[in-house]
Amino acid sequence: MLSLAKSPLTDQRNEVREIIEAFYRQMYTIRKVEQTLLDLFAQGYITGTVHTSMGQEACDVGVVNSLDRSKDILFSNHRAHGQFLAYCDDVEGLIAEIMGKETGVCLGIGGSQHIHKGNMYTNGIQGGIVPNAVGAALAEKIKSTGSVAVVFLGDGTMGEGVVYESFNIASLWSLPVLFLLIDNGIAQSTPKHMEHAGDLETRAMTFSIDSASIEADDVIKVYLTACDIVNEIRERSRPFFLHVKTSRLGPHSKGDDTRSKEEIELLKQKDPLLSIAAGLPSDLRMQIEQTIDARIQQAVEKAMMAGHPGLEQLRRVEL
Amino acid sequence: METDPNVILLGEDILDPYGGAFKVTKGLSTRFPDRVFTTPISEASITGVAVGMALRGMHPIAEFMFGDFITLAADQIVNHAAKYIGMYNDQVKLSMVLRTPVGGGRGYGPTHSQSLEKMFLGLPMFHVLAPSHFVHPGEILVQAISRGYPTLFLENKLLYPELLKLETQMGAITRRVHFDQYTYPVVELSNFPDDRKADIAIVTYGGISRLVGSILSKLAEEEIWIKACLPVCLSPLPINLIQNMTKGAEKILVIEESSPMFGWSSEITTALYEAHAGKLAGPILRIGAENSVIPASKPLEEKVLVSEEKILSAIVEVMGW
Repeated sequence: MLSLAKSPLTDQRNEVREIIEAFYRQMYTIRKVEQTLLDLFAQGYITGTVHTSMGQEACDVGVVNSLDRSKDILFSNHRAHGQFLAYCDDVEGLIAEIMGKETGVCLGIGGSQHIHKGNMYTNGIQGGIVPNAVGAALAEKIKSTGSVAVVFLGDGTMGEGVVYESFNIASLWSLPVLFLLIDNGIAQSTPKHMEHAGDLETRAMTFSIDSASIEADDVIKVYLTACDIVNEIRERSRPFFLHVKTSRLGPHSKGDDTRSKEEIELLKQKDPLLSIAAGLPSDLRMQIEQTIDARIQQAVEKAMMAGHPGLEQLRRVEL
Repeated sequence: METDPNVILLGEDILDPYGGAFKVTKGLSTRFPDRVFTTPISEASITGVAVGMALRGMHPIAEFMFGDFITLAADQIVNHAAKYIGMYNDQVKLSMVLRTPVGGGRGYGPTHSQSLEKMFLGLPMFHVLAPSHFVHPGEILVQAISRGYPTLFLENKLLYPELLKLETQMGAITRRVHFDQYTYPVVELSNFPDDRKADIAIVTYGGISRLVGSILSKLAEEEIWIKACLPVCLSPLPINLIQNMTKGAEKILVIEESSPMFGWSSEITTALYEAHAGKLAGPILRIGAENSVIPASKPLEEKVLVSEEKILSAIVEVMGW
């Protein structure tokens, strides 16, 4: 029974506000960086390709914030900008990297899909990095560091055989791996029902891997769910499969969205930024957005002025 | 494994008492029970797991039961192991070894007899090693693990029962060792005294080394002077060293167990033409297996694979120029 004289929850409202604010900052940063990258592309300042995570911010921010940034390890794929920004907030390094500049996180050599910083690793082969995550978890278990390895998968990734090999080994050897399936219902141009027999939610259970499935409309829900799961993984050193349903608001890469305008409009109504923003007073929200807009603007200007990497900076084999 | 607790073994059927299909790991799981892992039949993820362990600073040594199975791990080798160092701008090390028995001659048939290394040569940050019994393979393995590069370590099946030949003078054969830029050895065997020079240079590696000793001894009696050059590191190629070692020989044979087309011998041959153009008595001969599957039927397998007979008749041919 709550005491009417003093509600204990009143003392915690500041902490709650801080979390909401922090999450909004991270999510808005991701959204704005992704939009900026698409604009830069259209203007010819970026070559190659980018796979943006607009619409998936609740997954990225919710999961990454549930980790221990000092020791947990992240593995991801081509659509990892959001996870990278939530992990280390290196807006400047990411933009420069994607613009192919030597001030980028990997000197501009990796680009959008091949990024490494701290304990985060990404690669552009669907499913390929999944056994690397399992191996990293094995190494950390042997070294007794208590670290958890999270590996992000997409619904499309679930077509690759090596994913199932990884489930098997992670469970057989009891490794602290969080298999995080970000299911946005579409793999490039192909909807889920044309790619997968059976369902995605339960297939890890065949390998005796505990599993759960949630909707990612609300970053707080994703965060709290992930916190409990990550703690369990860390304590029991057992893998876990968390299936998170979300929506990709942007195209697969650029200009290649095969869905109808109506379908996309419907998805926009469930934009995860809307619900988190509603928890902030509008003047604070505007201030946050302006600060981030200015930071991104500066990051772009800095990157524009930086040089490209030279041949002598590239690891080569001399015969 | 004794000196470094971060060395971990992975492979199929490697636990004692079985100790591995070719018994190379026998005894290790008993001595180091926490560091030898028997794996499911999953070459791709065995390799991927090794990559992940290496990214986190361990020294995994993973085994493919037969070299023919490397192809199951091709993506992990090409797009992961061989890429991380370069594409992450040198921010990671990747100390891992993939070891595997290769080669035919035991009648195991088309998918258990191959030497598939040619598919994995030429990856810039990936080393391919094929020691002969003229070096100490254990020392090479230790070197490979301490390098920090992902490495494929090829163990020829027919070399398993051979005794190591490490003396400087073995009958008519003199053994010298040179070192390439990665400090892997390149063995030089010669069957002639110091005041003579080589009539023929032979460049080969791995399992073919088994035939080289006997050939050199036989031809010493005929006073056909041969210098054999046996690199351990196939890729990247210690080409300057090989070019120097073959300088002065007007006749060159390049020999490998696999078929010569589009392979290691193509690369060596081109490099030797570049170095010795105009100084050769004739074309560089390439000897390898027939361009076919390796048949199970033993007499036919012998005809398909490189034999001492084939090498000797090539030598007779070039001596006739």
